[in-house]
Amino acid sequence: MKEKDDGGWSPYLAGSLSGLVSIGSVWFAGKYFGASTTFVRSVGMVEKAVDPERAARMPYFMKELPVVDWQWMFVVGIFIGSLIASTTSGSFRWQAVPDMWEKRFGPVQWKRWLTAFVGGTIGMFGARLADGCPSGHGLSGSMQLAASGFVALVCFFIGGMIVARLLYGGGERK
Amino acid sequence: MTTLMYGLVTGILFGFLLQKGRVLRYDRQLGALRLIDMTIVKFMLSAVLVGMVGVYLLSDLGLAKLSIKPMIFGGVVPGGLIFGIGWGLLGYCPGTSLGAVGEGRWDAVWGIVGMLCGAALYAEAYPTMKATALTWGDFGKVTLPQILGISHWFIIPLFIIGGLALFRWFEKKGL
Repeated sequence: MKEKDDGGWSPYLAGSLSGLVSIGSVWFAGKYFGASTTFVRSVGMVEKAVDPERAARMPYFMKELPVVDWQWMFVVGIFIGSLIASTTSGSFRWQAVPDMWEKRFGPVQWKRWLTAFVGGTIGMFGARLADGCPSGHGLSGSMQLAASGFVALVCFFIGGMIVARLLYGGGERK
Repeated sequence: MTTLMYGLVTGILFGFLLQKGRVLRYDRQLGALRLIDMTIVKFMLSAVLVGMVGVYLLSDLGLAKLSIKPMIFGGVVPGGLIFGIGWGLLGYCPGTSLGAVGEGRWDAVWGIVGMLCGAALYAEAYPTMKATALTWGDFGKVTLPQILGISHWFIIPLFIIGGLALFRWFEKKGL
């Protein structure tokens, strides 16, 4: 099942180093990892550009102002960091349909794209209701031993495992 | 401005490590949800175990403050389950979707567009949610040590031992 991929690091090593990076971030910038609020700020910027009066009256954009902040730059940084790591190791691959998806559902692109779009919409609605995603709750929350972090993480996996089972069935275990 | 630079640099480091750990891919995320490839769990748990020690050390030394999200059952439980459903369909998380595009997996772009729509929908729903779901079962900003009434330095070693045992089991099972 696992692909052979040269140049990758052990997930234990990369994960532990990420833990150190998050400690550094808390120490020097006082910031915990998170990602989903950035999507609120970004869409707030779009809505502000289209209809500034309406956007200014919306309570959620008053709570999460449509501005570029630490986390916004952090999320942009994830893109850049991944681009650097993948292009320097030869593991960058232009791919429109993931391997596992193609094996199960075939190479038709629009099916994958529509599913990704719908999944993104549902997922972000849930993440905002939960007040965090696998970064904010999963990493930052649980490393601070926050009750909300652990409960959210369990719920993330329950929801995800149900969908994965519906999509791929229970079989094909090694 | 300095804060923004810190954000960018931290993000670059994290994105680099996410890519090196090969955890950005759809196949890896779904692999975990299908319980056939635990790479992302190994990555996340390693980061959490290391982070736990450092963050509580900094907090005890007065060098940093904890930032706990409130445990509101009406928000965290349904929100978490809904997120999970979306995650299973998309196969990327909000943070990793940007990283996935960075390594060329551009089906994630559709996920990002979807997530922006989801954020817009939630912004519309927020006043209703605030008056309903977000008032149900609010236990405030609580941590496990507070609930159990014991020092975090009792709990952290237990987490580390449990985590290492889990890792050993993963490796034994070839997950």
